[in-house]
Amino acid sequence: MTALAISVEQLSKTYEVPVRAGGLGAALKSLVQRKTREVEAVKGISFAVEPGEVVGFLGPNGAGKTTTLKMLSGLLYPSGGQTRVLGCEPFRRERDFLRQITLVMGNRNQLVWDIPVLDSFERNRAIYRIGRAQYRETIDELTDLLDLGELLDKPVRNLSLGERMKCEVATALLHRPQILFLDEPTIGLDVTMQRRIRTFVAEYNKRYGATVLLTSHYMADVEALCKRVVVIHHGQLLFDGALADLVQRFSPHKTIVVELEKGSPDLSAYGDVVESQEGRVALRVPKAETAQVTGRLLAEQPVLDLTVEDPPIEEVIEQVFAQEVS
Amino acid sequence: MSLLRDVYPVLFRTDIAVQFQYRAAMIIWLIGLVIQPVVYLVVWLTVAKTQGGEVGGFTSADFSAYYITYMVVNHLTFTWVMFEFEYRVRSGAFSPLLLQPLHPIHRDIATNIAYKLLTTVLVLPVTALLIWAFSPRAELQLWALLAFVPSLILAFLLRFFIEWALALAAFWTTRVDAINQVFFAVMLFLAGRMAPLSLMPDWVQTIAYWSPFPWMVAFPVDLLLGKLTWEETVEGLVAQAVWSLLALALLSVVWKRGVKAYSAVGS
Repeated sequence: MTALAISVEQLSKTYEVPVRAGGLGAALKSLVQRKTREVEAVKGISFAVEPGEVVGFLGPNGAGKTTTLKMLSGLLYPSGGQTRVLGCEPFRRERDFLRQITLVMGNRNQLVWDIPVLDSFERNRAIYRIGRAQYRETIDELTDLLDLGELLDKPVRNLSLGERMKCEVATALLHRPQILFLDEPTIGLDVTMQRRIRTFVAEYNKRYGATVLLTSHYMADVEALCKRVVVIHHGQLLFDGALADLVQRFSPHKTIVVELEKGSPDLSAYGDVVESQEGRVALRVPKAETAQVTGRLLAEQPVLDLTVEDPPIEEVIEQVFAQEVS
Repeated sequence: MSLLRDVYPVLFRTDIAVQFQYRAAMIIWLIGLVIQPVVYLVVWLTVAKTQGGEVGGFTSADFSAYYITYMVVNHLTFTWVMFEFEYRVRSGAFSPLLLQPLHPIHRDIATNIAYKLLTTVLVLPVTALLIWAFSPRAELQLWALLAFVPSLILAFLLRFFIEWALALAAFWTTRVDAINQVFFAVMLFLAGRMAPLSLMPDWVQTIAYWSPFPWMVAFPVDLLLGKLTWEETVEGLVAQAVWSLLALALLSVVWKRGVKAYSAVGS
């Protein structure tokens, strides 16, 4: 049996945040008496990741995803529980550990603003003590995979957001980390660029057998990359399993959007009305009945246009939460 | 050893490239660097004039020598980490640094030295100009010149360590600025910026002697200008070494606790 790449047991994190009402009076009062409140961001989650796995880490904003990634990479120390990444305790930030991981956050950067990308690469080569031969080889590969060719000589400040993100990802991978923590790596990027990053992550995973833990609000990212997803909400684990099971289990529905000539007739006889406005109605229908309901709608209603959609990931996740509550 | 051989040269090289992007800012810094000592110098020259050419044993030429040397020593030893740190912590720019397998202090040392190397090229002609304009007088001695070099290096380390340690306050408060203000205000008096320390009242001199401040700037200045005996020089170098070690110890304690505080809250 191989050792686990990541193991998390009963991991929790509680922040102490200052509380203070608005206004001058409250501000003065807080000078004398600081009040704090405890916020449990992560409440005892457990999961394990095998080497080489690509796992999607899902949940709404504030679910505790970033907090967990920060604990796993060593930026935050946990309030409770056990974490092992490549056999190390992340928060010790031992050099050998840091050389084997990387954390990419959409809004954090390692690139030096004023100098060409290649110079930033060179800095990281020195800081990570990467051997010349491997360094050159890695740059060639990254340049090829991410199409960096023309960007390397440009100062970072002259790059567009998408170009910068590609270079940021490349910088984060120069030392060929075994574990990648990717927090919203495609945020703010256009569809082409998103796809590029996605393909790249898949290729990197295949080539180096690296383990990837990825958060994203884009279902396309998750669908393309992750066979397995871990879903958390309010700091608790809700689902851990195959992506296909998640969609199947929590969203046995399709959404039919109907555009009509006029008005918004009552279509509740066809399915659950999710949305209804002048000339446009959205229905939720069990998957198995989609074809039949579509046929009936077309035959019986003055339909201008009709589309059938999978519910967006947000909705699937919503379903997961609903399931948990009931 | 490979830190010095492999890492520092690359940091230097790229830092110098960064500094070149800020030529205008560099000139503005330089103007600030020159103006302050020149203002004090002109004030003291005026005072000396009204008092018959001398204040407490300092002639006009002595004041000129003191402030011009002060400017150079200050330039070679000052740091700006305190201003940088607050931004780093508040903006979260500190996080990626923490995840690199290199203590962030090395970056700052490299950046500082790169900046100094570059700006010294500008400071030298300015110094020559000031020497021409104010005709300073000093008795330079070879042994003092030789002792000046280690005193300058120790002064740089002492200031760097103390200011880095104080800058770490950013981990607990977002108002490092206030700490800066107090630090620089005390320095104004005790490091010999406002006036040469020997012109200060005795009690101020006594406080200064037991504080780290005079060893940061005033001591190398006095040493270079031949104001110190051989014994005073040794005493000064020892004081610098002891204070540097204390500052380094303080730094490593504050660093550990600071990082712990930072990683409790995150950013």
